[in-house]
Amino acid sequence: MSDTEQATLESAKEQEQAPPPTPGLKMLFTLGGISMLAGFLVVLVFQFTAPIIAENQRIAIEKAVFQVVPGAAVQRDFLLDADGLKPGDNAAASGERIYVAYDEQGALKGIALKTEATGYQDVIRILYGYDPGCQCVTGIRILKMAETPGLGDKIATDPAFLENFTALDAALNAAGDALAHAIVAVKHGNKTEPWQIDAISGATISSNAIGRMINASGQRMFPLIQRHLGELQQKGSESVLPTPTPAANGGQ
Amino acid sequence: MALPNQYEKVSLDTFVRGLWEENPVFVMLLGLCPVLAVTNSAINALAMGLATTFVLLASGTLVSLLRKLIPKQVRIASYIVIIATFVTIVDYTIQAISLDLYNALGAFIQLIVVNCVILGRAEAYASKQKLGAAVVNALGMGAGFTFALLCLGTVRELLGAGSIFGVHVFPADFEPWVVMILPPGGFFVLGGWLLLFEYLKQKRERKLLESEGASDGV
Repeated sequence: MSDTEQATLESAKEQEQAPPPTPGLKMLFTLGGISMLAGFLVVLVFQFTAPIIAENQRIAIEKAVFQVVPGAAVQRDFLLDADGLKPGDNAAASGERIYVAYDEQGALKGIALKTEATGYQDVIRILYGYDPGCQCVTGIRILKMAETPGLGDKIATDPAFLENFTALDAALNAAGDALAHAIVAVKHGNKTEPWQIDAISGATISSNAIGRMINASGQRMFPLIQRHLGELQQKGSESVLPTPTPAANGGQ
Repeated sequence: MALPNQYEKVSLDTFVRGLWEENPVFVMLLGLCPVLAVTNSAINALAMGLATTFVLLASGTLVSLLRKLIPKQVRIASYIVIIATFVTIVDYTIQAISLDLYNALGAFIQLIVVNCVILGRAEAYASKQKLGAAVVNALGMGAGFTFALLCLGTVRELLGAGSIFGVHVFPADFEPWVVMILPPGGFFVLGGWLLLFEYLKQKRERKLLESEGASDGV
C-alpha cells in the first residue's frame, strides 16, 4: 500500500514539476499589465468621484459653519496670519484657514475656526464659532474624535455641555494681544465665571481638551481677527453686492 | 476541495454555501478584524458588508478571467494589486456617497485589502473556476459576510445604544449597555453567535447521524 501511495506521490510531484519555469519576461508583462489596468481603473473612478467628493466636503464644512455661527447664510474662507488676510483659494499663501460667515445682507455674523488637541484616545478636531461683536464663542461642532462611546463622546451631544458654548466669554485684554482670561474647563458643577467651561462628569479629559484647544486657538487667532475686523466686514459686502444671492460663494 | 482542473458546476449550492455551510465569519472565522471593529452599529455593518461584497465580486471576476494568464509565481502579487484597485474604487465611491459613513468606517475601508476572505477566495476558488462559478461563489461569500456583520451590528447597536439603524426601539428610560459598542462587546457578541452556530451545526449533524443509523438498521 505504501508503495502505491509513494508512486502516486512521486507522479504527482513530477506533474507539478513538469511545466517549464515561466520566463521572467512573462511575469514582468503580467504584473505590468495588471498594474496598468489597475492604474487605469483607479484614475477613472478618481476623475469621476473627485468633484462629487469635493462638493460633499464643501457642504459638510458649510453645514458645520452655519451650525456654529447662528444666523449665517453665506460663508467664505480666508487665510489669516500675522502678515494679514489672504483669500482662501490662494494655495501658495500661508496662514490659518478661517471661515467667515455673513448673513444675507453681507453683515459679518461670526467666524468659524478649526482647532484640535489630544483627547483621551486620539486627536479631537473641532470647528467653533467666534463672534467678534460680543467677543465670545458661539458654538462648537466635533469634526473628528475617537473618544470612548458613552463617556468622552458626550462632548458632541451632551446638551448641558454644549450650553457652555452659546456665549463663552473670550474678551481680549486691554492691549488686545491675548485673551483677558484664559478659557479653561473646570470640574463639573464648579463653573463660576463666563470664560469657564463646565466639564462633563466622567469625561473630564475630553472636556479639558476642548477647553485647551479653544484657548490655544483663541489666544492666537482672536487678536488677529479683531485687528482685521474692518477688512473682514468689508469682504462681506463685496461678496454679496455683485450677486446678491447665497450662490456668491459657490463660485470658487 | 476542488482540484486545479475540476470546474464546479454552478448550482444553488455554490451560492448558499457561502451564506451558511462555509460562512466566512461564523464557520471559517476569516476576516475577523473588520467583523469586530466596525460592527458597533447596524449601518456600519451593512456598509462594510456591501463594500466587502463588491470587492469580493469584482476581484473574483477579474482573477477568474485572468486565471490562465497569470503565472503561478506572481499570482499573489497580482491578486493583491487587483484587490487593492477595487478597494481604492470603493474608498472613493463611499466618500462620494456619504462623508459621514466614510468617517464612521475610518481606516477599515482601506483595510479590506488585507481581508483574508477576499485573498482566500481569489486563491482558493476564483483562480481555479470559470467566471460563472466564481461570480456566484463571491456573491454567496459576500452575502454570508454581510449577514454575519449584520448579526453582530444589530445586536450590538440594540444593546449598546437601544436602537437599530439609528431608530430607537427601546423606551427612553432604557440604560444603554455601553460596553456592547466598545471593543469588548464585539468579542462577547461574536462569541454568542459562534455558540449558536456551533449548537445548530451539531444538532443537525446528530440528526443526520440518527437518520443514517435508522436507515442502516433497516
